[in-house]
Amino acid sequence: MENSDLLPHLFRTEYRKLVSVLCYLFGIEHIEIAEDIVSDTFLSATELWSFNKVPENPTGWLYTVAKNKTKNYLKRNALFDQKLSTDLTYNAHKGEELDLDLSTKNIADSQLAMIFTVCNPCISGESQIALALNLLCGFGIQEIADAFLTSKDVIYKRINRAKSALKEAQIKIEQPTVTEISNRLDTVLTTLYLLFSEGYFSTAQNILLRKDLCAEAMRLTYLLIENEATNKPSVNALFALMSFHASRFDTRTDDQGDIILYQDQDETRWNQELIEQGTYYLNQASTGTRLTKFHLEAGIAYWHTHKEDTPEKWESILQLYNQLLMLDYSPLAALNRTFALAKANGKQEAIREAEKLKLTDNHYYYALLGYLYTDIDSTKAVRHFETALTLTDSITVKTALLKNIDRLMNPVAL
Amino acid sequence: MNEFLLVIHRDLISKDASPSPEQMQASIKPFQDWIGGIAAQNKLVSQPKRWDGGGRVIKQNNTVINGPYAEIKESVGGLFLIRAADYDEAVEIAKGCPVLEWGAVVEVRMAL
Repeated sequence: MENSDLLPHLFRTEYRKLVSVLCYLFGIEHIEIAEDIVSDTFLSATELWSFNKVPENPTGWLYTVAKNKTKNYLKRNALFDQKLSTDLTYNAHKGEELDLDLSTKNIADSQLAMIFTVCNPCISGESQIALALNLLCGFGIQEIADAFLTSKDVIYKRINRAKSALKEAQIKIEQPTVTEISNRLDTVLTTLYLLFSEGYFSTAQNILLRKDLCAEAMRLTYLLIENEATNKPSVNALFALMSFHASRFDTRTDDQGDIILYQDQDETRWNQELIEQGTYYLNQASTGTRLTKFHLEAGIAYWHTHKEDTPEKWESILQLYNQLLMLDYSPLAALNRTFALAKANGKQEAIREAEKLKLTDNHYYYALLGYLYTDIDSTKAVRHFETALTLTDSITVKTALLKNIDRLMNPVAL
Repeated sequence: MNEFLLVIHRDLISKDASPSPEQMQASIKPFQDWIGGIAAQNKLVSQPKRWDGGGRVIKQNNTVINGPYAEIKESVGGLFLIRAADYDEAVEIAKGCPVLEWGAVVEVRMAL
């Protein structure tokens, strides 16, 4: 890995682990102290590594520095020592050297506890996600703002409100109870899926980093599967969904980083191991009576691991989208459902249905209409592709749209 | 946007109006696609459920009789809520109900 990528990469993977372990130790009321210590650790790394050689074991270096900074903080901060250290859940005898436990097990326990703390119902869903992305995934305020298409200011306020609410409610960071698990698991899963999507669907050019985000989201989800209490069908369904998506990761972009559309992907390069993993966990998910959107989306993703167009494939995908929309409407699902409808029931019916959607501020909507009218009414197809052009700033999308328009205007004589 | 109740009445008594098992099987996909289409427009408020064809009818003096309504042939087969601007739009959506083909009646009622 290039040096310039190393720190952002470590920030992604290690920031939240360190913050989790420190919060587990200090309690949520001292969350800022935990964040300060970890930020300071990364600041030291940035300063030192840019002048000196990067240490052989950078993660180990970060852990050692974080431990030392924590010890120093506790030693030197008289105020903390007198007023706050009584709150510490750490129960070593006074005077005994504090040892920050950065074992794999304690990191896993701390993170599970933190995931459930952050997803406490005392803060709103959107705040939970923002805070989780910030604390558990090491997202910067700007990145979260970009993901939510809002301003830095809004996210900053949202995260701080969420922190205050957690402190006010005096949430204990501990292993979640059975009731808490059933109440909060859905939010936890939504957050993890959002993290995965940020890596998988984002158009950012840094492939390594994006892949890493997906891997981290999967690792956090697997953390829930490994724990007996959180090993629920919905968690298995989400893990299956992520596995199916991830199996195509390497075939989704070309050497220049441009998106390769599904139908143009080389399916021999799809990762069979991940497809098998997905199939295994989708089977694991098929217990119980509760059908979640993750089950349905995993089912759709499963069918997409079969490249060949068969009536069975598209009919199954259509019915899964029908159910998904009944459970949880989203414009994207509505558009995808219409595409499946065209494949299963024909373009004419899909056009009638598409025109009812009226998602007129969405470039995907006009791109879909353009696709549906292709081979039926070229003039209309071109017009829709042109409307789509005016609604997007993405160069990748524009290139694809212009290619479609060009193909319609200059048909190749057979 | 207003909420509308869509009630599908079906003739569950007289055999001649009832679809065959094959016809019923064949009507499942169009029905699911119809509901999916309503959901895709974000106009589905509550999902349709399957309802027992028998039921009970409670009358004055707490008389309870077995349903469906003895006097009329059609009884409630399914009901769900949708969103629509007005009756015209709600009726247009209801016209898509594939069970109409099998002799069902769709009742549309606006929530006040």
